[in-house]
Amino acid sequence: MSKLNNKQNNKNSPAEEVTRRDFLRKAGAYSAASLTGAAMLLSPKPARATKNVTWAEHFQKNYRLMTDEEKKEAIDRLVKRYSEEFGKTVTVDDAPAMDGVLFGYALNIQKCIGCRRCVKACVAENNQSRGDKQQIEWIRVMRLEKGKFSEKDRDDGGYPQDFGIQVGGNAYKPAGVVLEGQHYYEADKVPEKDAFYLPMQCMQCEKPPCVKVCPVRTTYRDPDGIVVIDYNWCIGCRMCIGACPYWARRFNWGEPDLPAEEMNPKTHYLGNRPRMKGVVEKCTFCVQRTRKGRWTGCVEVCPVGARKLGNLLDPESDVRKILATKKVFRLRADLNTYPKFFYFMD
Amino acid sequence: MFWGWMLFLAFFIMLWGYGEYVQLANGMIVTGLNDQVSWGFYLANFVFMVGVAAAAVTVVFPAYVYKHQELHKIVVLGEMLAIAAVVMCLLFVTAHMGRPDRLWHIFPVIGIFNWPNAMLTWDVLVLTGYLALNIIGGFYYLYKKYTGKPVNKLFYLSVVYIAIVWALSIHTVTAFLINTMPARPMWFHSMMPIKFITTAFAAGPSLIIIVFLLVRKFTPMKIADEAFHILSQIVVWCLGIALFLTLSEIVTELYPSTEHSMGLKYLMFGHHGLNALVPFFWTAMALMIGSFILLLIPRVRKNLLLLPFICLAVFVGIYIEKGMGLMIPGVIPTPIGEFAEYTPSNIEFMIVGGVWAIGFFVLTVLIKGAVGIMLGDVRYEEKARRNVQGEQADAVAT
Repeated sequence: MSKLNNKQNNKNSPAEEVTRRDFLRKAGAYSAASLTGAAMLLSPKPARATKNVTWAEHFQKNYRLMTDEEKKEAIDRLVKRYSEEFGKTVTVDDAPAMDGVLFGYALNIQKCIGCRRCVKACVAENNQSRGDKQQIEWIRVMRLEKGKFSEKDRDDGGYPQDFGIQVGGNAYKPAGVVLEGQHYYEADKVPEKDAFYLPMQCMQCEKPPCVKVCPVRTTYRDPDGIVVIDYNWCIGCRMCIGACPYWARRFNWGEPDLPAEEMNPKTHYLGNRPRMKGVVEKCTFCVQRTRKGRWTGCVEVCPVGARKLGNLLDPESDVRKILATKKVFRLRADLNTYPKFFYFMD
Repeated sequence: MFWGWMLFLAFFIMLWGYGEYVQLANGMIVTGLNDQVSWGFYLANFVFMVGVAAAAVTVVFPAYVYKHQELHKIVVLGEMLAIAAVVMCLLFVTAHMGRPDRLWHIFPVIGIFNWPNAMLTWDVLVLTGYLALNIIGGFYYLYKKYTGKPVNKLFYLSVVYIAIVWALSIHTVTAFLINTMPARPMWFHSMMPIKFITTAFAAGPSLIIIVFLLVRKFTPMKIADEAFHILSQIVVWCLGIALFLTLSEIVTELYPSTEHSMGLKYLMFGHHGLNALVPFFWTAMALMIGSFILLLIPRVRKNLLLLPFICLAVFVGIYIEKGMGLMIPGVIPTPIGEFAEYTPSNIEFMIVGGVWAIGFFVLTVLIKGAVGIMLGDVRYEEKARRNVQGEQADAVAT
C-alpha cells in the first residue's frame, strides 16, 4: 500500500527515512511546532490517525484556497495515509458541486416507522466513530408521543396548579428526556401504536448560522447547497455547534474509533473521509455519493420510502413534485435559516 | 513569603502542564464535555476573566476622566491586572479548542480570519487590541518612571483614553459572542452586554480592592483610603444594577414560561431530579444580594478590615453566576430539548486551576516590578539593585 504515490510523498514524511534523532532535530526546527506536534512525539500510546499526519498535511492550506495542484497533493497524501492505516485501497474524491444542481431533501413523517435503519446506514457509509467510547451518529430519530387524554386527568393533571392556571387534560405532559419527544427510545417493535417519528439531521440551511460563526471559514456552503467542512482546517472551537438550532453537528471528542474492516474506502475530501480528533463533522447528504448521481445512504436504505432526495432546480425531481403537491413544513422556520430539508405528509 | 507564594503557584502550574498534556494527547474526551454540553468550564472562566480584564478601566476611568488624584497613582497596577487577565483569557480559549495546534488558522494573512462575519474574530481583535494597549500604556509609563524621564502626556493619555473605551468593547463583544445565537434561547437577549459589563465592574474592582490592600500591606507603597472608597462605590452600584437586570431577566422568562425559559428554570429549580446547578445559583444570589446590602451601608463599605471579605464574596458570587449560572445552563437543554448534566472532569479542574495560578504568577511578577519602579526603588541609574531589575526584565518579557 505504501507504494501508492510514493514518489510524490516521501518528501513529506521524514520519519520514514531519517534516523529518529534527525527527525527530532528537524521537527524541532519548526519554530511554530505545535503542542500537538509535541504530544504526537511524546504520547505514550499515540492514536492511529494522528500519528501518521505529515508536516505537509499539518501545514496545508484551507481546501477552498488550494490550487488544483495543491488539492491533488493534499488528496494524494490522504490516499496514502488512509490506505496504510486501514490496509485497503482508499480513494479520496474531490468532485466539486455539479452545475445546475441544488440538493433538497423531503421526509415523509407519515411513512417513517422509526426503525433507525437510516441511522445505521449513515454510520456505515460515512465512517463515523463507533464503539462504546465514542459513538457518533448524524441522524437522530425523535419519537413523539401522541397525546393522552383521560377524564381523570381533566382535573388532576395538567399544568402545575401552584401557578394558579390550569391548562387541563393532559395538554401538558411531563417532558421525558427531551421536551417534545426523545431519541433514546427502545421499542420491541416499530412503529409503536402511541407514537410517531421525526428524524432529524443537518438541514443544509440556505442561511446556515454555523457557517456565519465559523472564525476560520472551515465550514461553508458549496454551490449545490451542501454545507461542508474541511476537517483539516477546523480548529475545534465549537462555535458552530453552539449556533446550530438543529443539534446537527458532532464533535470528535477523542480519536475516532473506526475499525479497518468496517471502513468505507470510497470517500470524499469534504464528506466521509476518516476524521481526526478535535474536529466537527455532520451530515453532507453523502456528498461522495450524491455528486456522482447516487442516492444518499439513508434514502437507499429506508424500507418505507419515506426519504426523498432531489434537485430543487429540476421541476421533474421527486422533491420538487413533493413541494408542489404535498403539505410541507420545515423545522424552526422562525429562525430564518431556510432549511433545504422538508417534512411532509401524504 | 514571596518565594513561598510563587512555589505554591508553581505547583498548580505543573498540574496545568500535566492536564494540558493529557488533553492534547487524548483529545477533549478527557473533559466532562459531551455532545449535549459542548461548552463548559473553560469558556465560563474565559467569560469571567474578560470581565476582570475590562474592569481595569474602573481604576483608569475616574483617574483620568475625573482627574482623581489618589487613583491616578495606581492606574498602572490596574493595567498590570488587565494584562494578567487577558493572558488568562487566551489560555482558557486555547484549552477550549479541540485543535490548539491549528490556532494559526485564525491568524490573518497566514490563515483565514472570518471577519466581520464571525463574532469570534471580533473577540480576537478586541482582546489582542486590549492586551496591546495595556502593555503599551503600562510599560511606557513604567519605563519613563524607570529612566526618570517625563511622561509624554499626549501619547500616554491617548493610549489611556482609547483603552478606556476599548475595555467596554471586550466585554460587549464577548457578550455578543454568545447572545447572537437564537439556537440558545437563554442567552438570546439584548441585556447580555450590559449585564456582562455591570457584573464585570462589580467583580473586577472587588479583586482590585483585595489586590491593592495586599499591596499596601506587603509593600511600602502608599495607597490612600480614598481610593478604596471610590472603588467600593463602583462595586456597590454595579452590583445593584446587575441584580436589577437579573431580576428583570427572571420575571421576563418565568412569567410566560415558554420552552425558551427551560434553561433558566433548570438553573433555578432543576428539572425532574437533574439539579446540579441549583445550589450554585442560590449561593451566587445569596452572596451577591448579601454583599450588596452590606455595601449599601456606608460604615461597612468604608471599613477596610471588613471590605476585603465582602469583596471576596462579590467576586466568588459573580464567578459562580458567570460559570455555573450563565455558561452551563445556556447549553442545557440542547436545541432539541434534551437535558444532560455536566460536571467538569479532574483534568478540567487541573487546567483551570493552573491557568488561575499562571494568572496570579504573572500578576505577582508584574505588580512587584511595577511597585518597585513607582516607589523609586528600581531606577536606571542604580546599579546596586540588579536583582530587582532582573525581575523587572522578566516582567517586561511576560
